[in-house]
Amino acid sequence: MIENYDPREGRTLTLLDAEGKLGPLPQGMPRLSDDQALAAYKAMVLARQADEWAVNLNRQGRMPTYALNKGQEANSVGALMALRPDDWLVPAFRELGGLLIRGIPLKHWYLYWYGNEAANHLPPDTYRTFPNSVPIGSQMVHAVGLAWAERYKGSDRIAITFLGEGGTSEGEFHEACNLAGVWKAGVIFYVQNNYWSISLPWPKQSASATVAEKGFAYGFPGIRVDGNDVFAVYAAVKLAADRARAGLGPTLIEGETYRLGAHTTSDDPTKYRTEAEVKEWEPRDPLTRLQRYLVCQKKLTEEEAVRLREQSLACAQAAFEEAEQVPDPAMEDMFRWHFLEMPDLMARQLERRKT
Amino acid sequence: MKVLTLLEAVTDALRTEMTSDTSVVVLGEDVGLEGGVFRATAGLQRDFGEQRCFDTPISESGIVGAAVGMAVAGLRPVVEIQFSGFAFPAFNQIVSHVSRIRNRTRGAMSAPLVIRMPYGGGIRAPEHHSESVEAFFGHIPGLKVVIPSTPHDAKGLLISAIRDPDPVIYLEPSRAYRAVRQEVPEEAYEIEIGAAHVEAEGEDLTLVSYGAQMMEARQARAALAAEGRSVELIDLRTIYPFDAATVVESVRKTGRLLVVHEGPQSFGVGAELMATVMEHAFDLLEAPPARLAGPDVIFPMPRGERHYLTSAEQVAAEARKVMSYEP
Repeated sequence: MIENYDPREGRTLTLLDAEGKLGPLPQGMPRLSDDQALAAYKAMVLARQADEWAVNLNRQGRMPTYALNKGQEANSVGALMALRPDDWLVPAFRELGGLLIRGIPLKHWYLYWYGNEAANHLPPDTYRTFPNSVPIGSQMVHAVGLAWAERYKGSDRIAITFLGEGGTSEGEFHEACNLAGVWKAGVIFYVQNNYWSISLPWPKQSASATVAEKGFAYGFPGIRVDGNDVFAVYAAVKLAADRARAGLGPTLIEGETYRLGAHTTSDDPTKYRTEAEVKEWEPRDPLTRLQRYLVCQKKLTEEEAVRLREQSLACAQAAFEEAEQVPDPAMEDMFRWHFLEMPDLMARQLERRKT
Repeated sequence: MKVLTLLEAVTDALRTEMTSDTSVVVLGEDVGLEGGVFRATAGLQRDFGEQRCFDTPISESGIVGAAVGMAVAGLRPVVEIQFSGFAFPAFNQIVSHVSRIRNRTRGAMSAPLVIRMPYGGGIRAPEHHSESVEAFFGHIPGLKVVIPSTPHDAKGLLISAIRDPDPVIYLEPSRAYRAVRQEVPEEAYEIEIGAAHVEAEGEDLTLVSYGAQMMEARQARAALAAEGRSVELIDLRTIYPFDAATVVESVRKTGRLLVVHEGPQSFGVGAELMATVMEHAFDLLEAPPARLAGPDVIFPMPRGERHYLTSAEQVAAEARKVMSYEP
């Protein structure tokens, strides 16, 4: 199925059109059920409201620099819905929707951006989720190692990792793809191509027409999907996951998407891109399209959508308040988690700091 | 007990741990069929299979990063970096992930992996094959760094490193690989990480070294003994967390300190040990602490490496200066 969408022939997998209509799916194409689509919508709305509230908090001076997901929500939400809860997730830092699908409380996301490492205390046996990864592209190889280890242990768990299109310029993108190809690792590389890596547009990032086609050089398929179409994302990741679980190796997925907001709250995108370009992408907003579909399918009314946004905002506000209530790390916390047992050298430094 | 070289002791430790723990896997460039360029992994693939000891593409960052994933998933990967001079592409993984995952997750995850690499000069190797890297790694919070100088310690320290719940950089002095032989117990045993070894007691000077440079330190001690000088020789063994107590206690007894190491002088291990001794034994010092280190230069190619390395005679001469110092 993936072979039918060869990016080198200019193909992109899209299932939901701009009006929110889902045409007949090709035979064998995995399909998100309407109930799942509604669950996806709820996660996407919560992610969107959480973003907007975070920006608001940032302006109030209550939230430090925050990276937005706005416009990209369908990518991680669709992807995580296509995986098992016990598969590994190695995120970059724009995968809030996917984390919510994983059942990670929004409070943790806020606490992370609020600046407390306690946010990342997520037991791997429960969540199988790595913390956000800031050094661009460096997280991909972790997913390769996780997938290798699961196969070594005889389990059929797989791993997915996310990155942006900017991350594909890092040497570690090459190393991860190459290792995964050679090892036939059960891993999915999901690149959210949101066109802008801070101020650099995709054509200046790479002379390659697509990200997806890079996969073929490493001996595995790449597929380009409409990353603002949760049905397409789900289908592509499901196909890739089936391949990975069957021992057929990695898949490179490029979700074509757009960052509707700033890179972070410290960024001013008006310096490098036009308002007209943003306007062009607004009709392709993944939430609008999915909402149209759900309304059409009578899974949702316009009134329910309004109410859901309100509830989600309230939920975001409550989650942030919870995060705000978490005590700041104690000085001991800065020391005690470097090693299972703190060496005397560090213990003496801690004692000295205390006095 | 078998008599082993330091190199054979490394292999023996790997074999011992792979036998007792199936979560131990060995990966690196040419470590499989070839058994490594120095043969440190000789026979492991034959005896444990390709799943347990396998060749990787030339991809230091990829290998170390993948080992992070393997370790988080419950394995105990032992990575071989072919030479310390090739560790630099993996620096991002080591600094940004290997050393940090426990702290970043406040203990929810950890990366109990070992990164082994031959280091140091004196083997007439090509460019980029002779670097002393212990000070870089020792400076990274969240890493343990160990260096054996004897076959006995090589085995025990590697077993400890593999069993350690945290990541350990295990540096192998390539000049000492085949130069030192010793009886090594056949069973598994650990050498405590963080514990220096007082190799020989003495009264007049504390001489601290580690790795291949211990060979010259031993010779210097013997030469000085023939002159009636009594030198206490300490093998530091662990760069981080280094054993300040043992060094300080020794200097409190001798009143004099000389640190000898091959790596460049500035911001090196010698600087750290001297500072520690000044902090904790200042009033008992009878001479300014001294160091004899590599110069702050790029390690030369083979025709010039003799200009870089420190000889036993130079160590002895420096030791005499420290011992004869009078205010």
